Amino acid sequence: MSSGRLRALGLALAGLTALGAAPKPAPISLQALLAATPPAHLSDYGIYTAGANASPSPDLIPYQLNTPLFTDYAEKQRYIYLPPGTAMAYRATGVLEFPVGAALIKTFAYPASFTRPGQALRRIETRLLIRHADGWVANTYVWNADGTDADLKRAGLGLELSVGSDGGRSVAIAYRVPNVNQCKQCHARDGEVTPIGPKARNLNGPAVGGPSLGGREAENQLSLWSQSGWLTGTPARRDVPRLPKWDDPREAIGPRARAYLDVNCAHCHNRLGFASNSGLFLTYEEDNLAALGVGKRPIAAGRGSGGLEVAIAPGDPDHSILAYRVASTEPGVMMPQLGRSLVHREGLELVRAYIAGLKSGPKSP
Amino acid sequence: MAKLLLAIVSLTAGLTLSTSGLAKTLEVAPGVIEVAAGPGSGERLQSALIEAQPGDIIHLAAGRFEAPDSLSLDVANVVVRGEGPGRTILAFDGQKAGSDGLLITSNHVVIEDLAVENARGNGIKSKGVDDITFRRVRVEWTGGPKETNGAYGVYPVASSHVLIDGVEVKGASDAGIYVGQSRFVIIENSKAAFNVAGIEIENCYNADVHDNLATHNAGGILVFDLPGLPQMGGHSVRVYHNAVLNNDTPNFAPRGNIVANVPTGTGVMVMANRDVHVFDNQIDGNGSAAVLLAAYLNAFTDASYNPLPRDVFVHDNHIGKNGFAPAFEGGSLLAKAFGGAVPPVLWDGVTSYVPPGGTRVSMALHLVVQDGPILSLDLGEQGTPLTKANPKLIAHLEGAALPEPAPVTLDGQASKAP
Repeated sequence: MSSGRLRALGLALAGLTALGAAPKPAPISLQALLAATPPAHLSDYGIYTAGANASPSPDLIPYQLNTPLFTDYAEKQRYIYLPPGTAMAYRATGVLEFPVGAALIKTFAYPASFTRPGQALRRIETRLLIRHADGWVANTYVWNADGTDADLKRAGLGLELSVGSDGGRSVAIAYRVPNVNQCKQCHARDGEVTPIGPKARNLNGPAVGGPSLGGREAENQLSLWSQSGWLTGTPARRDVPRLPKWDDPREAIGPRARAYLDVNCAHCHNRLGFASNSGLFLTYEEDNLAALGVGKRPIAAGRGSGGLEVAIAPGDPDHSILAYRVASTEPGVMMPQLGRSLVHREGLELVRAYIAGLKSGPKSP
Repeated sequence: MAKLLLAIVSLTAGLTLSTSGLAKTLEVAPGVIEVAAGPGSGERLQSALIEAQPGDIIHLAAGRFEAPDSLSLDVANVVVRGEGPGRTILAFDGQKAGSDGLLITSNHVVIEDLAVENARGNGIKSKGVDDITFRRVRVEWTGGPKETNGAYGVYPVASSHVLIDGVEVKGASDAGIYVGQSRFVIIENSKAAFNVAGIEIENCYNADVHDNLATHNAGGILVFDLPGLPQMGGHSVRVYHNAVLNNDTPNFAPRGNIVANVPTGTGVMVMANRDVHVFDNQIDGNGSAAVLLAAYLNAFTDASYNPLPRDVFVHDNHIGKNGFAPAFEGGSLLAKAFGGAVPPVLWDGVTSYVPPGGTRVSMALHLVVQDGPILSLDLGEQGTPLTKANPKLIAHLEGAALPEPAPVTLDGQASKAP
């Protein structure tokens, strides 16, 4: 293993395990990753060590996104696995190109209390997207109560979770582990399963643990990967597009909101996605105002319209269906349809501020 | 002997019961997956829908299948079959997540002999499916017509080779049977009641709607084309031999949706589209109009969209008493002026439009209406408000008979599934 990969492990692991204390874990099983029938347990892959203090394999590359998908305030740990001797290939648009056998691993976890993020994390589920020769395969593993291993759940699962919050109160979360069809609903592009997050523009930010890299300045994720030989074809930094960080107050509201909508909505709301028939397209590249919702009347919203006339009424979030649906937790009204049971207050605030800042008339949002 | 036989029968019954208690989802014959009703059946059904192999029949026993989440099928060439729309019920009363009742995203699928009740969003949706059949299916919101009901009952969208046969939908807050942005569609022998729209064909190419009953909706049968969508320019639709009766439920659509604009008591409505033929229907008891021909109402930003209805042929319909309670602006005044009821065919009289960023387009519409008389509002240009109407009575809209679209065939697609 290269020292770069070790360095890149950084903070994410530090809270979970004492590196070096455990015996050297078994390597990740490419055979398990490429099996036609997915293994029953997450430990079968070697992605995590089995048993108490199950910890992620040192062969994984942790990563983060400038703007992530909201999932009921879950904390997410993301890793990439690359088979030995392989690399990802840079793509300026869309997701990076991954070699066969590569896996994207995302673990959803909650702290004991939202007041102490990152502490006493309880893992809920780990989702895998594995690059097979004939396309991507999605599977979800649900962690047992002891946190020693996770079991394959293809049919989904409902979990009643409770997480501490301010003033000793706790937040009840009706957490849904998606079934394989629901995985595909968001991940399908023109009918084919595809990753959503790892686009160059959304990866163009500091590496995980960057600030802790020997006291040096935060290192750029894509630069680090290029130097480490995990990513080929990366152009000069200035030529790499960058998705804004949705919650960075130093950036303008409009681009932040467009990044937020891109990541939270556009996996369905694009011309090849599940919501293609809606005519509402929220990708970061979209420049057609009507397609972005400005003055756009609903097509099949039903009561999801909330009695409002248009998706976005410029300057008027209270009369915008988009804000109404983001603010809802009611099945049949709420957007996104999957992946949340709580309102993302900070996201809603951003969307409302974006709509409030839009002027009527032909002006780019 | 009889006693012994009885004992054997009850022993067998006992065994069956205990077995089904252990594993209620049994594969009893190659290709047939049995799913029993009762506790946990929603989850078991979802598992069966996921684990099905192409060619399988998923057989649902009689009873209620309580589903806490949307159900979905993404395996091609599968039949989902119940014991009848009155006996096998997918119940979404306790739905906590997901928008649709049952969602289908795979090709060559048959859904038959079952019911979907009280879905939080749409009843049964198919998206992007080639070859889908809904047969003897009931979708219902059992609390009656309410704004809080789901939008569509049976809802194929962006699909092709769609057969809807013997379906019944009640209570949808948009359209009971709604087919959107699809090609090669047949809706037959079906019933839509107490919905906002009974049957709606929207942005579709090649659709036959025949031998259906649309009653007690706000509007009976609608053929619409809307702007700003991936599939536009709806055409080649035949609406024939239907009964469109007493559509009198006050429009309860949530505002913002296009059907909220449909006047209560509309029989058949054609908005935009071309090559639409309406014939041999029985249209009676609809308070606003038997047939309403209209341009798209609102402003639009899509320069490639044509908001006008063109090449529409209305003939040989059996038109009873309609127009006696016109529920559109100025309707009651008009009814008074015409001696208590407006003429059965209503046309907005829009003959031109201005595409965004373009110049006025005025075209020969070829609206041929042999069933009259007709009330034209003579609005002229698209977007002119009703307050500027200049009502005129016309006996017929004359013109040579228009060539009828070819009958829709499903190319044997619908029968290909097992």
